[in-house]
Amino acid sequence: MSEQLQSDFDKLVKTSKFSNEEIKFKKNFLKNFIESGFPNRKQEDWKFLDISQIIKKNISDLSFFNDYSQSNKIDPSIFVDSLDHNKIIFINGKIEKIDFNFEDQNKIEIIDENKKDVSFDYENSLIDLNSAFTDKVFKILIKKNYSLKKPLIIYHSINDKIKSTNINLRLDFELGENSCLKLIDYFSNNTAKNFINIFYNFNLEKDSILKNYKIDKFKNNSLRYSFNNINQDNNSVSETFILSAGSDYFKNEINCNLNGEYSSAFINGIFSLKENQQHEIRTTINHLVENTKSYQLIKSVLGKNTKSAYQGRIFVNSKAQKTDGYQLSKAILLDESSEFNAKPELEIYADDVKCSHGSASGSLDENSIFYLMSRGLNYQQSKELLINGFLIDVVEKITDVEIKNLITNIIGLKQ
Amino acid sequence: MDTREKDIEKLKDYKYGFTTDIENIKAPKGLNEDVIKFISNIKKEPQWMLDFRLKAYKRLKLLKEPNWQKPKYPKIDYQDLYYYSAPKSMKDKPKSLDELDPKLLETYKKLGIPLQEQARLNGIAVDAVFDSVSVATTFKGELTKHGIIFCSMSEAIQKHPDLVKKYLGTVIPVTDHFFATLNSAVFTDGSFVYIPEGVKCPMELSTYFRINASETGQFERTLIIADKGSYVSYLEGCTAPMRDENQLHAANVELIALDDAEIKYSTVQNWYPGDENGKGGIYNFVTKRGLCKGNNSKISWTQVETGSAITWKYPSCILKGDNSIGEFYSIAITNNHQKADTGTKMIHLGKNTKSKIISKGISAGFSDMTYRGLVDINSKAKNSSNYTQCDSLLMGNKCGAHTVPYIKNKNFDSNIAHEATTSKISEEQLHYCQQRGLNPEEAVGLIVNGFCKEVLQQLPMEFAVEAQKLVGISLEGSVG
Repeated sequence: MSEQLQSDFDKLVKTSKFSNEEIKFKKNFLKNFIESGFPNRKQEDWKFLDISQIIKKNISDLSFFNDYSQSNKIDPSIFVDSLDHNKIIFINGKIEKIDFNFEDQNKIEIIDENKKDVSFDYENSLIDLNSAFTDKVFKILIKKNYSLKKPLIIYHSINDKIKSTNINLRLDFELGENSCLKLIDYFSNNTAKNFINIFYNFNLEKDSILKNYKIDKFKNNSLRYSFNNINQDNNSVSETFILSAGSDYFKNEINCNLNGEYSSAFINGIFSLKENQQHEIRTTINHLVENTKSYQLIKSVLGKNTKSAYQGRIFVNSKAQKTDGYQLSKAILLDESSEFNAKPELEIYADDVKCSHGSASGSLDENSIFYLMSRGLNYQQSKELLINGFLIDVVEKITDVEIKNLITNIIGLKQ
Repeated sequence: MDTREKDIEKLKDYKYGFTTDIENIKAPKGLNEDVIKFISNIKKEPQWMLDFRLKAYKRLKLLKEPNWQKPKYPKIDYQDLYYYSAPKSMKDKPKSLDELDPKLLETYKKLGIPLQEQARLNGIAVDAVFDSVSVATTFKGELTKHGIIFCSMSEAIQKHPDLVKKYLGTVIPVTDHFFATLNSAVFTDGSFVYIPEGVKCPMELSTYFRINASETGQFERTLIIADKGSYVSYLEGCTAPMRDENQLHAANVELIALDDAEIKYSTVQNWYPGDENGKGGIYNFVTKRGLCKGNNSKISWTQVETGSAITWKYPSCILKGDNSIGEFYSIAITNNHQKADTGTKMIHLGKNTKSKIISKGISAGFSDMTYRGLVDINSKAKNSSNYTQCDSLLMGNKCGAHTVPYIKNKNFDSNIAHEATTSKISEEQLHYCQQRGLNPEEAVGLIVNGFCKEVLQQLPMEFAVEAQKLVGISLEGSVG
């Protein structure tokens, strides 16, 4: 694999317009990745779902080169039409369009970052892979006191011109003081088997609000990995919602540093898996100062031959008194072959804290089905109604009404 | 303060910290085939036992010491340890208690464990293990009447080789992890219990472990077999003298419950925890595993962990038989620089199996406490359920409390529920108690005892009283 990596990397350098400094950084990342390779189950974080095995099984010949110098045609049929929104369109890993039509152009700045370093410590070779092969990295800066009028939708699409089986994307966001961004990641359906590696970096200044919704609903054969790194200053709020249902493999990883007092992080997720899908959510919330709060709710509905995993970690520094941390994961197993794994972890070094977690898994309650059937529903309808009620709980946590309705419709839940 | 006074002061903190001046026979220092042969030889073991040890030693050479645990410790030099130490007077085993070295009797008296049967009114059969050998087993006559075998491991190897051969290493195989394999190679003594079919053991059986010699590791092996329809309750207590160096204790405990049998295993572990600066103390790296082999069998672990510099153990249940039950009740208390990484594993293989985990962790001072547990419901374990509750209490902001549960559910008929909380003693509770005339230490003691009550209730009466006191002593000086 390392020869393939090297030759694809050389092609990338040849076709694109990176500065010398950028190439130097990229070379270093490539070296790191070649040394460590894809993560495997020997690493604690990858214990439940071994990505190197999954890639080996699904994608026989992995190649990494994408030609960023050529542009692709945008297919407007993928757009969400029930909602006015700003757009960023990725096709085959290249940004084709950044469109903030609904906003005050003076308040948003798009910066071409030529410094490509990763600003935090990580033990994750996929970030090395990402940093080595991404195109130019853009930083989107929302200026002080500006709230976006309409949500921003990022479309992740692939067309048939794609040459490689690996796509790497990266975006950086900086939310100025008292600003607000609603961001929807929209994953389109496609049949090609690719490994897609997404890396977002968020920096939230004082009093800012970030709402990130990841919608992976439509059946597709991609293997996805998404990593969100979020740094939060005083009083900032981050809300992440994950709908994990479409891809063959999807691992969402969120690393959130609560650096400012009274900052809070909310993570809500739904796994709705059918036939052979394997999905995972892994979160790390670092409570680093006093009076911070985090809340996580993850629910799974698991069909035939599926596997879901939730690894949640709450870390509380010895300075972080008055922390409030909560994790809850619940799963319904619908078939003999479904599997649910959880590792809700608390690591606490301060005494005046309120931290708890809960996890429950099992099948649908026969008594409830009996109750509904005795009132005239058939077995299938009762089952659907119970699952509906189970999942709607998570969707209810979404604080934006417009987006909540959009997501309710996409999942097909009834209020 | 002169040294004498200091020593007296020290003794106040850990009252079992004395040493017994007694002549010892030791194996040569270090770990090699000759030492293993020496141990086997001095114990006059049959060839199959020596083969068992050598097989384990061969395997051990391939294994690496695990290092995924939370409490890190300086590297142990396994060649710098004595693997066998026995009081000289035990060379030819005394036939009765009257022949026992009076110094040994004195030691056990100091520890509060009278070996003279007549001195014991409440009737608990005791097997006392001193460094590497079992020194006395009491109440033998009474037990033999019921057909119960309760003796030291060495005696069992001589007298009941069939049973030992059949069951030894079936729950913890010689090819297990590093410390278990080390134990299989060099284990010295321990207790052996066999309860015949249909017998309810009429009294509590108990083993008392004591490390006396310095630079000695204690590697005992306990094997308990409960045949069909039988019941036994077994207690284990431990102490060690205060020494500045760290001592290793790597025991293996295997429990086997056949059809309809029940084993209740309780531990009060009070090894020397090291001084308040974290110097010295025991490394308690124990492997305890129970196998519910038969249908409708039950194994229940109860532990009160207050001692040791580092506690690193996971008493586990393998629920193989249909309708079998596994339980785990634990209190772990760490103070000063103690560290603990403990919890359990419940592996559900049979149908309708149930398990329950109640874990209470209290950490104070500069200590660090981790609950680590695994609940694994296999795809064939239909209609199984697990309930886990682990609560941690923190005292002060220099200590840590961590919870790392692993939950694997591969069966759609089965339920797993897990809950965990971490908190501190609330000001309101303290205020309320103090208002009613308790001083702060008493108030904390009362609240902690309430916190631990669910687990303390599971202990046999005599132990419960001792454990309750121990909980109070362990936390002394942690308030304010």
